[in-house]
Formats: sequence, C-alpha cells, structure tokens
Amino acid sequence: MMSTQYDDLMQRLLQGETRAAARLITLTENDINAAETIIHSVYKHTGNAYILGITGAPGSGKSTFISTLIQKLLKEDRKIGVICVDPSSPLTGGALLGDRIRMKDMFSSDNVFIRSMANRGQLGGLSRATEDVIKILDAYGCDIIIVETVGVGQSEVDIFRSAHTVLVLLVPGLGDDIQTIKAGIMEITDIFVVNKMDLPGADRKVAELIQMLELNMNYKYKSHEINKNVLTTEEWTPEIIQTNSITGQNFEELIEKIEKHHRFIQNQGIVSNYLRNRIKQETLQILKYKLIKKTENMFEDNSLIEKLIAQVIEKTMDPYEMANSIIRLLKFPVKDRDF
Amino acid sequence: METNRKIKVLVTKPGLDGHDRGAKVVARGLRDAGFEVIYTGLHQTPKDIVNTIVQEDPDAVLLSILSGAHNALCPKIMELLKEHNIDDVLVAVGGIIPEEDKEYLKSFGLSGFYGPGTEIKTIVDFVKNNLKR
Repeated sequence: MMSTQYDDLMQRLLQGETRAAARLITLTENDINAAETIIHSVYKHTGNAYILGITGAPGSGKSTFISTLIQKLLKEDRKIGVICVDPSSPLTGGALLGDRIRMKDMFSSDNVFIRSMANRGQLGGLSRATEDVIKILDAYGCDIIIVETVGVGQSEVDIFRSAHTVLVLLVPGLGDDIQTIKAGIMEITDIFVVNKMDLPGADRKVAELIQMLELNMNYKYKSHEINKNVLTTEEWTPEIIQTNSITGQNFEELIEKIEKHHRFIQNQGIVSNYLRNRIKQETLQILKYKLIKKTENMFEDNSLIEKLIAQVIEKTMDPYEMANSIIRLLKFPVKDRDF
Repeated sequence: METNRKIKVLVTKPGLDGHDRGAKVVARGLRDAGFEVIYTGLHQTPKDIVNTIVQEDPDAVLLSILSGAHNALCPKIMELLKEHNIDDVLVAVGGIIPEEDKEYLKSFGLSGFYGPGTEIKTIVDFVKNNLKR
C-alpha cells in the first residue's frame, strides 16, 4: 500500500485511539485532498457499524432524544459514535454548534464519541464530509453511529443515502394533516417518532401519520398492478411510536422497532440493494462536488469566459449555449492511482 | 482553494458556575467572526472538558469562570491535557480572575484572562494570533 503522511494516524485509528480519530476527522473536514487519501486507507476497514439517521424540524428534540437513546443503547462492550450537524452562517461561514449541551451526561463515557460539525453551506441536511466521518468512526470501532442532521425543513433528505435506518422526529401541534402528504422527508422515513408525547395533540399526530401511510399502501398496491416489481414482500411499512425523551418513556419499544428494521434490511438481498444504491448516490455526490469545483475554478479570471459573457450580453449567444461551450472546454485529468 | 479550514473553538463553563451570559455572548461573537464554535453548556468537570477536547479537536478552548474556583479547575484541566499528550491547543480563561492569580495560572500555560467589558474583537484577535497549529 502507498505510504502517506497519515499512516501513523491511520494505525492509531485502527487501534481505537480516540485522538487519532478526532484528528483524521478534522483533516477530512478541512481538505478534500486529505479526505481522499484518508478514505482510501480507511475504506477497507468499514462496513461494521450500524448507521442510524435522526432528522426532524428545529426544536423537535433531536439532541435530547439522542442523549436518551444512547443511554438505553449503551452496553459494556459497545462503542457509539454520534455526529451532530448544525448549520453554518451563510454570511460569515461561522457556526454555533450547540448539540452537546443536551448530551452532557454522555461526556464522561469512554464508549461514546460525539463530534459536532457545521454543514459549511451544503444543502441537504449534512455536510460534505459527513459521509467520510461516518467511515472514520466505523473504522475506529463504533458499533452504532448516530447521525443527527441539521434541523430540517421538508426536503433535506441526504440522510436517506447515509443511514441504514432513518428516524424522523415530529412534535405534536406543528402543522396539520396536509403536511403529512407533502413530498420530502415524509417519504424517506423508516420510523416516525412523535416526540414530546406529553404535549396535547400527540395522538392526533399519530392518527394523521396512520392515515398517510394507508394512502401510501393504497398507492403502492396500484403501482403493483402496473409493475409487478414494485410491491414485493420486501416492502417496509414505516413504524410509528410516541416518545418522551425526558422520562425515557417508550424507548424500549423504540429500540425494538429499530432492531426490527435492522433485521428487515438484513433479509434477502435488501442489504446488497441498499449498498449498491448507497455507493451510487455517494459517488454521484462526490462527482457533483468535483465537477462544480472544477467549473467554478474555470470562471475565475478566464478571458475565454469573459468573451462568452460578452456574447451573451450582446445576445449573440444564450446562457444554455454558453453552458454547452464550457462543457466542451472541460478536461478531466485524473491521477494514475484512480484506475 | 481546495482547503476549507475553519478555526474551531470550544467555549465551556467549568465547575459549579451558573453564569453563562458572558460565555454565550463570546460564543455568538466568535460565530460572527467566522469561527465554528462549540458551546457545551454549564457544569462541566475537567474530565468532561478534556474528553470533549479529545473528540472535537478544537484549535482553541475558552474557559469561562466567574465562581472563583479557577485556581482549582484550570490546573486540573491542563494536567489532564498533558496526560493525553495534547499540546497544540490554545487554552484561555475569561470571566472574573483576580490580578494576583494570573501568574499562577500562567505557569500552567493558560492565557487570555479577559474580564467583563472586553470587546469581542479583542478576543477574536487574541485567538487568531495565538493559535498553536
């Protein structure tokens, strides 16, 4: 294997040294070239962790929920990793990462590794490096990795391609039944958690979800008549559960549901389908990032681009034609190692 | 161009001290200066703080203390950092630190000592100019 400046850190990571994991994460976050080299070494040591995605609106109680969930999941010989993503300021690039405040009780445990990340302007609820950080924590020896997304609106669905099981947190009293039939996060959920179940309206929220899921089943049944591949025994019907993160009420049942979904995706080929899809999506994401960076670089101080812009101003060219001209100009040198 | 380095700062409240208005103002100010700021909340033990430093790998740690327990808590934190072989993190103190205690704390490698009335810009510049990596 090619030796790199990260060999020492890599070796310490594989021995389970926390500080090495933390430093590799920093490098991965700050520099995409470092990330590429690090993931090249880490990748073959991944695939052991179970990845749990937690998403939901700001203030739905994600951090407190995770804190309680960790307490219930933690066992003597089990390592848990937590990645908390919070938004970066679009104005200054700064960020205030406050998820740890709710996870205080976990700080002293050597079996829990919590890392706060800013999304650094990336849409979709995660940051560019989140996927890489999951792999580093996996190689570090985490059995379960919990990923908390940015407090999401309706279309931050990136967690879907990173996690084995996606939990969406809802709270009573936010939005009516029309919210449940909108597209977006409601479609990617494996388990709906109606958190803060002590608040009025929790039962109604559950009723709305049941109604939505029945409509989904109806729809899938109809697609089945058109395409026999759509509805199979492999279809997962999302589970619904109410929780109270302060008292810990219903968390045992919640964990049963998570385990049920775990068993479900382990069955007959679903895992390999899932994995193939995940690799496809992740590679697309990397490609997008690299292509956009490359294109953006072209726009910096480029006399040819300036000429094209002038033509668009003069209306001898339109923006679509300009884009096509640029595509013809793009060349992609790749490192030998890549093939 | 490809690197996207951000200065990461941990703002934390060691010990039994419930006054975090100042820490919050500083955290907010650093955020506005473009830093990534982690705020842990109140009542952190030295072990909690050092565990957080190990996991989050910040460039700087700002300890906010108004309780008077700085001479007990701060050296303990520095000791634990040493045990973890962490020597590339700037550790600074803010809050109420009497003049006569500053030399003692400095001997453990602590710096800063910004009290009430300090302008945010002073703290931002201090962090930027004293990073250890």
